[in-house]
Amino acid sequence: MKPGSTSAACAALIRRDLTLVWRRRGDAVNPILFALIVVALFPFALGPEPEQLRRIAAGVVFVALLLAGLLALDTLFRGDYEDGSLEQLVLSPHPLALLLACKIAVHWLTTALPLLLVAPLLGELLHVAEPVRWVLLGALALATPLLSLIGAVCVALTVGMHRSGMLLALLVLPLYVPVLIFGAGACNAALAGLPYVAPLLWLGAALVLALVLAPLACAAALRISLS
Amino acid sequence: MNALTLWFHKTGSPPTFYRLAGLLLPWCYGIALLLGAIGLYGGLVLAPSDYQQGDAYRIIFIHVPSAWMGLFAYFFMAANAFIALVWRIKLSEVLAMASAPAGAAFTFITLVTGSLWGKPMWGTWWTWDARLTSELVLLFLYLGVMGLYAAIEDRRQAARAAGFLALVGVVNLPIVHFSVNWWNTLHQGSTVRLLGPSHIDAAMLWPLLLMAIATHLWFFGTVLARTRTGLLELDGGKDWVRAIALGPEMSAVAAPAATERTHG
Repeated sequence: MKPGSTSAACAALIRRDLTLVWRRRGDAVNPILFALIVVALFPFALGPEPEQLRRIAAGVVFVALLLAGLLALDTLFRGDYEDGSLEQLVLSPHPLALLLACKIAVHWLTTALPLLLVAPLLGELLHVAEPVRWVLLGALALATPLLSLIGAVCVALTVGMHRSGMLLALLVLPLYVPVLIFGAGACNAALAGLPYVAPLLWLGAALVLALVLAPLACAAALRISLS
Repeated sequence: MNALTLWFHKTGSPPTFYRLAGLLLPWCYGIALLLGAIGLYGGLVLAPSDYQQGDAYRIIFIHVPSAWMGLFAYFFMAANAFIALVWRIKLSEVLAMASAPAGAAFTFITLVTGSLWGKPMWGTWWTWDARLTSELVLLFLYLGVMGLYAAIEDRRQAARAAGFLALVGVVNLPIVHFSVNWWNTLHQGSTVRLLGPSHIDAAMLWPLLLMAIATHLWFFGTVLARTRTGLLELDGGKDWVRAIALGPEMSAVAAPAATERTHG
């Protein structure tokens, strides 16, 4: 890798973001704790009957991970915006969309991947049914990067604001609806013993589309909110 | 510059558009009220009762035009947002942001009238049906655009950011529509078609179409009125706004004084 080349810039950015997360590794646990607590609230609210919990398990885990990801979205650009390095990224000669794609990838690795790892545990807490277990994991593996990519576009629009939390939820959640429908739909189909591959394929197609388009949209949104 | 681009640029400049909108505004509201009154009379009084639903079906004369307008307003907003983002036309930013509250209101009316109709017909105020859900998501998209527009201090940057969100929403709308269709459907299919025969009696169709024209005109009237205010706010410090604010005789006095000050 030549110094100054685009690939070197991406590698440096990834290394820097990973180091930043590692230096504050305590914070990385927060989304997991949040998802755990949200999942734990449901048996308190609905009663502990395993049959009832089994029926809603996949949906609850899906929504819990979605909300945890929503709360973690704010950290995607917050620190960089406050110390000014985000403006340096925008000004750099390398393609902004590619740099942002690296940032989103690191963000997914450090916030969504740990959530994905504890998802089986969350499912067990709600007595998830045997055939649903692997479908849920597969759906989450496809859906979480999609959620990160869509969320990144919206968070780029709100980057300069103080107290953007509620507004961000208002912007992001309508866009999350289809992902939730397909992801939870696959799990429910598996629970009913129906074919569940089609919604997973839809999620995969949407993920490919978002991988190409979302970084570009994110770059355009960031240029608007930093102008 | 040919005549068409010249006309386009002239109409797009805030003072000209402000005057033009002021001329069009009473016509929009007037014709909308007139056609709306005729349409409502035709729909609520003249049209026969439905053989299945009795008089309850008459809510479609409000419900269906509002639903059309909810979508139309979104595409109007998104088209203006696109123009604003690509060609940086200030007028389009204001137009896009002016149509958001109107579209949200039409979507809200659609949801409310639909649930009023659903109670006697389906036996429930709300059901998680595909069309209802996508209409609700549409309302949330409007609210998101309006919330983002209100949250950013700088008006032009706010309009660009909210316009961008509206464009992202355009991509999302069909996806939401098809995904919820796939998920659950109870709502009846559309009965009025642009192409091919409509499954609706002529005595019910003409009031519906009149109402559709009336709501369109009303929408344009609201958007023009909001755009006029928006332009005044945006161009607050400019001469043409000062001339309007001071009134005709005062601005005649103020204008030479201003030129004297700049020369002196």
